[in-house]
Amino acid sequence: MGFLDAVLGRTKQVPPKLDALFALPTAALTLQTQLDLVPSGHAGLCFKAGSGESTLTGDQDVRELLTLDEADGTVSFSTDDLGFTWFVINDDDIGTLVTRIHGAHTTLIEHGLGPRLLCAVFGFTPATKPGCGDVRLVYLTKQGTFYPFAPRDGDKRDNELELRLRSFVGDDLPMEPELSRWMALWGLPVQ
Amino acid sequence: MSAKHIETDRGLTSRMFVTGLLLVTLWVAVSFILFAVGLKTIYIVLIMVAAIVGQYWFSDKVALFSMNARIVTPEQEPQLHAMVDRLCALAGMPKPQVGIADTDVPNAFATGRSPKAAVVVVTRGIQNRLPDEELEAVLAHELSHVAHRDVAVMTIASSIGMVAGLVGRMALWGAMFSGGGRNQDEENFFLVEIATWLVSIAIYFVSYLLTLSLSRYRELSADRSGAILIGKPSVLASALVRITGDMSRIPTQDLRKSEGMNAFFFAPAFTKGSAAALLSTHPTLQRRLDQLAQLERDLNG
Repeated sequence: MGFLDAVLGRTKQVPPKLDALFALPTAALTLQTQLDLVPSGHAGLCFKAGSGESTLTGDQDVRELLTLDEADGTVSFSTDDLGFTWFVINDDDIGTLVTRIHGAHTTLIEHGLGPRLLCAVFGFTPATKPGCGDVRLVYLTKQGTFYPFAPRDGDKRDNELELRLRSFVGDDLPMEPELSRWMALWGLPVQ
Repeated sequence: MSAKHIETDRGLTSRMFVTGLLLVTLWVAVSFILFAVGLKTIYIVLIMVAAIVGQYWFSDKVALFSMNARIVTPEQEPQLHAMVDRLCALAGMPKPQVGIADTDVPNAFATGRSPKAAVVVVTRGIQNRLPDEELEAVLAHELSHVAHRDVAVMTIASSIGMVAGLVGRMALWGAMFSGGGRNQDEENFFLVEIATWLVSIAIYFVSYLLTLSLSRYRELSADRSGAILIGKPSVLASALVRITGDMSRIPTQDLRKSEGMNAFFFAPAFTKGSAAALLSTHPTLQRRLDQLAQLERDLNG
């Protein structure tokens, strides 16, 4: 928000930035070679439906918006306890995941939901011991930056792994420099 | 009401009183020194500026202290932090600190000199009374105050009033004494003193009214921005109705103790008869609901 907008008390909705998403497949290679982390095959995007045009009464509406086949078993929807809608895709290829997540973002933006987009999440898991030491890369849609989120039992985070991951993929991805923006996403539907 | 609650409320009142007293003493002391010692204009201006900057710089500390609020960590209040996290991510703004005030008066306020040094505080009362979605709407309203830099805007606005009063006083003194002032007798001196006081009081009063009207406008702006941020104006409207309804059911005694903090509150603590439209820091509930209803229609149209 600009100085004049602040002084006049005006609000400007923040448009999403999607360009950095396509850097993810390169970073995934780095994660595999350096940290033994491979894509889990799950990715999701999160948004908050509002009134009017952006009102989505049910999953069916979102499916129609994203022109998805009802029989397509690789897609699921859920609403979390804070009222945000999650759209989760399963695909083994990280390149396909990125393309589909990007496509979903574009569709939602075309329907005026750009300001309602929160983040996209990509799952990673250790290649040798899957499920043990998972980490997610979260893409902050408004900032156009990534941050790692490694949830552990009892609503704790593996901060050491998160910081290590940042130091390895910092060259490949625009990482979020402001640590206070590395928000916790408990109960994440993306594995 | 348990004894514990009564004690908390007494603490709140004394804090508010001490804070208010300190502020008044500060200004009385400043003006006393300035006019009794007869400092040069440049020093007077410097002292005024220092006082205003100090007030602005420590606004968060003063507000937290006077409301008996404390900062909470994500571990202590995960749900509240998650809401603020997501709203900030949606709005693309830095995350402020989050605080809780242990009082049963349902309210919320935002303070701090800049978006990066801001604190958003909710009371236990509002946390217990509102459903999650409506609490989120209230947080969006407070975050909009932060984004609009309302502490800075209101500090500057009220400072302009003080400076205007000071300038008016000095101009009058200058005019009265410029022509051979040393030969004035006692009676004349007394009249001049009365006149200067009346003029500065008039200036203070007018600037006070203007500051209040600015405050009401900022509230409407925060309502609007907050409603757009959550995307559902009707949810904010419902939170407003619930809170104001709840507040009017609470004994007046408790509410009056919070009146000094009204400028920072989500909804003002009304006492009967004191909420005349012109002298209120907040617009009327009807005015706020009308704006949100219009916004709801705009979003649907």
